[in-house]
Amino acid sequence: MNRSEPIRKAPSFLESLVQRRTLGYLLLGLVLLVAIWRLGNALLENPSLFLQQVTNGLQIGFVYALIALGYTMVYGIVRLINFAHGDVFMVGAFTSFYAISRIQLHLWTRALFPDLNPFIADVIGTISVVLLSMAVCALLAVTIERVAYKPLRNAPRISALITAIGVSFFLEYFGALNFVYTANYITYRRPFDVITWVIGDQGVQVLQKGQEVPAGAIIFSNISFIIIVVSIILLVLLQYFVKNTRTGKAMRATAYDRQTARLMGVDVDATISTTFAIGAALAGAAGVLYAIAYPQVVFWMGIIPGLKAFVAAVLGGIGSIPGAVVGALILGQAETLSAAYISTPMRDAIAFSILIIVLLVRPTGIFGEAQREKA
Amino acid sequence: MKHISRTTLIFLGSIVTFTLVVQVLISLGVLSPFWNTILRQGAVMAIVGLGLNLIYGFNGQFSLGQWGFYAIGAYSAADITYRWTNDANSNGLTVLFFTILLVGASILILYRVFGKIRGVDPLSAFAIYLIAAVGLTALAVSIGNLTAPAVNAILKALPTNIANTLVYLLAVIIGGILAAEVSFLFGLPVLTLGSDYFGIATLGFTIIVKVLLDNSDVMFGFVEMKGARGMIGIPKLTSWIWVMLFLILVIVITRNLLHSSYGRAIISVREDEIAAKAMGIDIGHYKTLTFVLGCLFAGLAGGLYAHINGFLHPDSFNFIKSFDPMIIVVFGGLGSVTGTVFAAFAWQLVLEGILRSILPPGFETWRYVVYPLLLLVMMLLKPNGLFGNYEIPYLRQVLPPLKKPATETQTPAAKESL
Repeated sequence: MNRSEPIRKAPSFLESLVQRRTLGYLLLGLVLLVAIWRLGNALLENPSLFLQQVTNGLQIGFVYALIALGYTMVYGIVRLINFAHGDVFMVGAFTSFYAISRIQLHLWTRALFPDLNPFIADVIGTISVVLLSMAVCALLAVTIERVAYKPLRNAPRISALITAIGVSFFLEYFGALNFVYTANYITYRRPFDVITWVIGDQGVQVLQKGQEVPAGAIIFSNISFIIIVVSIILLVLLQYFVKNTRTGKAMRATAYDRQTARLMGVDVDATISTTFAIGAALAGAAGVLYAIAYPQVVFWMGIIPGLKAFVAAVLGGIGSIPGAVVGALILGQAETLSAAYISTPMRDAIAFSILIIVLLVRPTGIFGEAQREKA
Repeated sequence: MKHISRTTLIFLGSIVTFTLVVQVLISLGVLSPFWNTILRQGAVMAIVGLGLNLIYGFNGQFSLGQWGFYAIGAYSAADITYRWTNDANSNGLTVLFFTILLVGASILILYRVFGKIRGVDPLSAFAIYLIAAVGLTALAVSIGNLTAPAVNAILKALPTNIANTLVYLLAVIIGGILAAEVSFLFGLPVLTLGSDYFGIATLGFTIIVKVLLDNSDVMFGFVEMKGARGMIGIPKLTSWIWVMLFLILVIVITRNLLHSSYGRAIISVREDEIAAKAMGIDIGHYKTLTFVLGCLFAGLAGGLYAHINGFLHPDSFNFIKSFDPMIIVVFGGLGSVTGTVFAAFAWQLVLEGILRSILPPGFETWRYVVYPLLLLVMMLLKPNGLFGNYEIPYLRQVLPPLKKPATETQTPAAKESL
């Protein structure tokens, strides 16, 4: 409060109370304490159930991480909240759905090399499905970028945001038309069989069909395994790409200062397109993994995961790649744990409350840099 | 009458004529109830849009939370009238009345006190406000329940029509003020965030409100709101005249605010926060003021909307819809009151009315395929909106514009360009 008053005496105790953050942190600490108390209780009561929830959280967290990277990279380079990203994720899931159910892409190795070990055939088949989805999404994103965002690069930032929303609506409702995906839920066929392991007192066992899960055991399926492994591989590849290749350096340079990057000989337009393509490819992979984990596809399936991933990106500090991953893992845990131990219907509200609280403590996210003032 | 200028007379004359002509057309049956509803919803959207334009267009705060405050206004107003018309009980009215009265008074007093202290931390201040608000709400509930029988008796002594209209008007106003008070509490810590982060936090608010509404019956005991099943049985009291009265009121308030020294301070915050600070403008104060006022409008609009269809569903308040006011404001032109009002009506007419009637049967789902394409084409052709910075003479600033108008009307962060 700017009031021109004569030099005043030292603030009283009550004044200094509101001048510092003490009270605010006290309030937030109270919230945190209640949450920790609740989770600690849950862990003590039933450790295996708690660990099960953590595993589930890890699985969904990695899917969010893959989507969140697209948000964070695009925001880092063009300062655009790409609301169409969640729908690119949806297109990825649908691409894999058609690849599996119509052209049976996952079976091509078996058809060509009947003698191949079925395990290896499944692995190669699944990888080709994922790669196809990634390619389709990358192509889609580059098209979107060229058509909808590039002409607006020098327009007010909000115009591009509105076009992003427009593109998102278009992808959803065009997909909902009867000759595209229809507006119904469609059951998704997995490209491989599910194997579930039970980790309990008797060590690791394969769960047979119809068998009861013994009390105190943790279930772990090959789906969780695949999601976690594929995500980690893609994250490592991305990290290598961004840090060590020429294109990656160009991306970082463009994100830092577009004009200077241009002067240094970076092809800014191509770099931006590449960023969109990479982000979308990751979202495509996430779409396949998500559909494998929750075997249903529907035209609006991208909205909620997209939003969650966006929250994760902001939580970690939008523009930061490790931040997106950390944010997504935190969000995955927060979501599953709050659904299990606090309240299932309030899950989304809790996720967003965490976001707002984190932003109040760290206004640019966990890994975010302080906002740079550009001259 | 000599203090009223010519432009004011022309504006008021034309808008009142427009209202009356439409009313006559409605009474004669030329405009079917379908178009009547669309027009009323257009006016409601115009009010929400004006609130957002104040916050985003004139003060540069990127808010996606309007829809949450709209929902608060809608549900609280609907609850008041529902209890009165269906249960003949005014306890909703009295409880909320005392809540907004006590909480509002505490906010005003505390704001005064904190204004005297230098460098108040918003988060710590928020903690104190929150404690006061929660305590006083509990007090208000008991006072409200105690006074309800007396108010019931007074209202029942009045003719039914007048009593219903009175409760309806009070409900809409109370809903608006409640939204404004919530927005003050929420905005206090959140307004310190940078522009995009503020947008995201307010988007989060919208989603939180939607989730709370989904669970309003099971978890919070508001049985009549029926949670995710949707609230029915709200009296349909919002007539065309009422919406237009509120719209005119909101336009006049916006215009007078923007033309005062307050308005110039608000606009200076948008143009350059640091420069505004250097000129001795209390940025936090003006940000809060605009945010609260914008959310008050959203709450009023919500109350009006609730009484159009007599039906509320949490799905109408999900975050996808929260982009609608933003689209309208950008469509009309950021920082143009004329543009917002025009765009709100046009948006509603095109999306709900014209597209519905021109698409052949069986093609209704194409509506949302055509709409984003329209949006895209529009944005690519006119990135600054339909009206840019144009205002009709009544709304035009008397002073010369602060900077070059049109493209420069964004937040400092927005100027970092794409």
